[in-house]
Amino acid sequence: MGNILERDQQQAEISSEEVEKKIHKAKKKVTEKDTLEALGNREYKWGFFTDIEQEYASPGLNEDVVRFISMKKKEPEWMLEWRLKAFRNWQKMTEPTWVNVEYPPIDYQSQRYYAAPKSKEDGPKSLDEVDPELLRTYEKLGIPLEEQKILSGVAVDAVFDSVSVATTFKEKLAEYGIIFCSMSEAVHNHPDLVKKYLGSIVPYNDNYFAALNSAVFSDGSFVYVPKGVRCPMELSTYFRINSENTGQFERTLIVAEEGAYVSYLEGCTAPKRDTHQLHAAVVELIALDDAQIKYSTVQNWYPGDKDGKGGIYNFVTKRGKCAGVNSKISWTQVETGSAITWKYPSVILQGDNSVGEFYSVALTMNHQQADTGTKMVHLGKNTKSTIVAKGIAGGVSQNSYRGLVKVMKNAENARNFSQCDSLLLGDRCGAHTFPYIEVKNTSSQVEHEATTSKIGEDQIFYCNQRGISTEDAVSIIVNGFAKEVFKELPMEFAVEAQKLLGVSLEGSVG
Amino acid sequence: MLEIKNLHVEVEGTEILKGVNLNIKAGEVHAIMGPNGSGKSTLAQVISGRDVYDVTNGEISYLGKDLLDMEPDERAREGVFMAFQYPVEIPGVTNSYFLKTGLNEIRKHHGLETLDAADFLKFIKEKAKLLDIEPDMLNRSVNEGFSGGEKKRNEILQMAVLEPKLAIMDETDSGLDIDALRIVADGVNRLRNEDRAIIIVTHYQRLLNYIVPDYIHILLNGKIVKSGDKQLAFELEEKGYDQIKADYSSIKTKLEETV
Repeated sequence: MGNILERDQQQAEISSEEVEKKIHKAKKKVTEKDTLEALGNREYKWGFFTDIEQEYASPGLNEDVVRFISMKKKEPEWMLEWRLKAFRNWQKMTEPTWVNVEYPPIDYQSQRYYAAPKSKEDGPKSLDEVDPELLRTYEKLGIPLEEQKILSGVAVDAVFDSVSVATTFKEKLAEYGIIFCSMSEAVHNHPDLVKKYLGSIVPYNDNYFAALNSAVFSDGSFVYVPKGVRCPMELSTYFRINSENTGQFERTLIVAEEGAYVSYLEGCTAPKRDTHQLHAAVVELIALDDAQIKYSTVQNWYPGDKDGKGGIYNFVTKRGKCAGVNSKISWTQVETGSAITWKYPSVILQGDNSVGEFYSVALTMNHQQADTGTKMVHLGKNTKSTIVAKGIAGGVSQNSYRGLVKVMKNAENARNFSQCDSLLLGDRCGAHTFPYIEVKNTSSQVEHEATTSKIGEDQIFYCNQRGISTEDAVSIIVNGFAKEVFKELPMEFAVEAQKLLGVSLEGSVG
Repeated sequence: MLEIKNLHVEVEGTEILKGVNLNIKAGEVHAIMGPNGSGKSTLAQVISGRDVYDVTNGEISYLGKDLLDMEPDERAREGVFMAFQYPVEIPGVTNSYFLKTGLNEIRKHHGLETLDAADFLKFIKEKAKLLDIEPDMLNRSVNEGFSGGEKKRNEILQMAVLEPKLAIMDETDSGLDIDALRIVADGVNRLRNEDRAIIIVTHYQRLLNYIVPDYIHILLNGKIVKSGDKQLAFELEEKGYDQIKADYSSIKTKLEETV
């Protein structure tokens, strides 16, 4: 009895602050365990492979491969020349090393640069001619290509490895004078437009990956919205990598003439594989006077397994030019996939009063690495840009925001607002912010805000205590964190994006 | 409804509760009082299921079930509710969505149909009106930018919506001025009924002027050292915890001598 009493008194002397410290320590342990269990072991549901007869280029990269791709696409001479010029430049360039990601050197000679489902000579003219196996693949991915089954407001271009297999609602769009087709088709049917704009925003020698893309690009989408036309439906491209050891190099070009408006969406998935695959895309946007382009991405390439094996290397150059006065370009991206993401959708604000926007959510789990952000280059007067970047990191992933705001001498009264928030789900991941600001005009105003927070055991327990499971709690908290960006997405995509984060859609009421 | 037997609880190797016994029936309001570090908040948190604490001995039975065997979300669905001392902020998630999710989980658990957004809105607006809470609060992010008083009122609103069988108010009075305290106490009183048990955890007697408990227990150094009716609160107010502590030590010493 005496002993018990003694112990009682001793312990009474432990201060309440010490107890608080111990509670805090215990809470930290619990958070790590719960959030990782809830998010880290998500299954990649899009990892299946379509067994279909394919035609390949032999592995390796040389001028013959470039010629082979061009020949396969029956391209005119000028297109081949452009590719070769890009290829010769690429050979002289070196891979960028300033990126905050680590990966073993890529062997460019072991990859294939072309793979396409075997089909009739000229490719399918209509959906009836498309291999049913391919249609099933897209249906499985949630993208039915039969027009009556599609959400009525969305037209889809489906790109499978190196080729476009189908584009829907083409005729309906043609009634408005809108061109929506694969890049290969555009080279044949609209050579003047392609010649005029291809490479005008991202030149063939812009950077290492853009040069590679210019040499070997396969397919992608081409959009042209004529003067004064407001595109009546969302346009979208769904990119699917299927073949092993094959890179996908798509090229997308969107031109909005004076007063035109278009909203374009892209989605991407790939099978689960143990080896890394290369994806190097280029997207160019041109908005003339009073035109608006809204470009949304839900990127869900295979991220690799939980030990970092496999996954897509995603090296993408996306850039838009507000060429005309009062024009607007808005990028929204939800990046949840890929082993490595290297991507900076940018806007060149050339026209006076033009507006550039960048809204981004980047989620990295396990061994994923993302280095993503934007460049806003202010050239015109009264130009305005907004940057909202949300990074979510878990596991041992590394998540970096890298952004440049550049205000040139003649950009009177330019305005920029940037906000970069990071949310950490654990102790072993990293969130980094690299904002660069260059201002050469004294009448401009540039603001930058940044925060880093950790998902708290307190938040999870609070949800638990109201009947919500830990898994749902993590989703709700992450969803809330990313809400500002999700609300910029078109409705259909917002649903998909939230599902991707394992989040149920927040009702429009309340 | 709730039976706690010989409950021993540790955190990171330090024992905080050292054999707590407590018996609570439906319709009763119990106040648990004690100085800082006495373990009263620990008791509230262990009942609600926070797993940073290690229960080393003892048991808690709730409606005949082993409460300690249930996950915190399961306890909530079974009707255990805790009003937090420090309500947590969840940016970007509206109060209304948060509560709808919680309520629907509880309803699903009991085999009831879930409420859709429109039905829920009607339901929660009624509850808010009953507690004099302006509807604007429903559309704001959970507790984000709320004043201390608003946070506590939000807890009471949640209690009204989730309709628990057992509600624990963990230092609900802390940080409230007298007006806010009255509003919160008024809310709790409106939610008192014969099917619901309420535990009020508090340091001060003043809350008990507004919410009159059926029983009061004094927790000291991890043990309930004294239980009584509401008179005990006045005794405490007069004597202070130090006197009670002194009384307790002398009883213990005597006990030791007799052994």
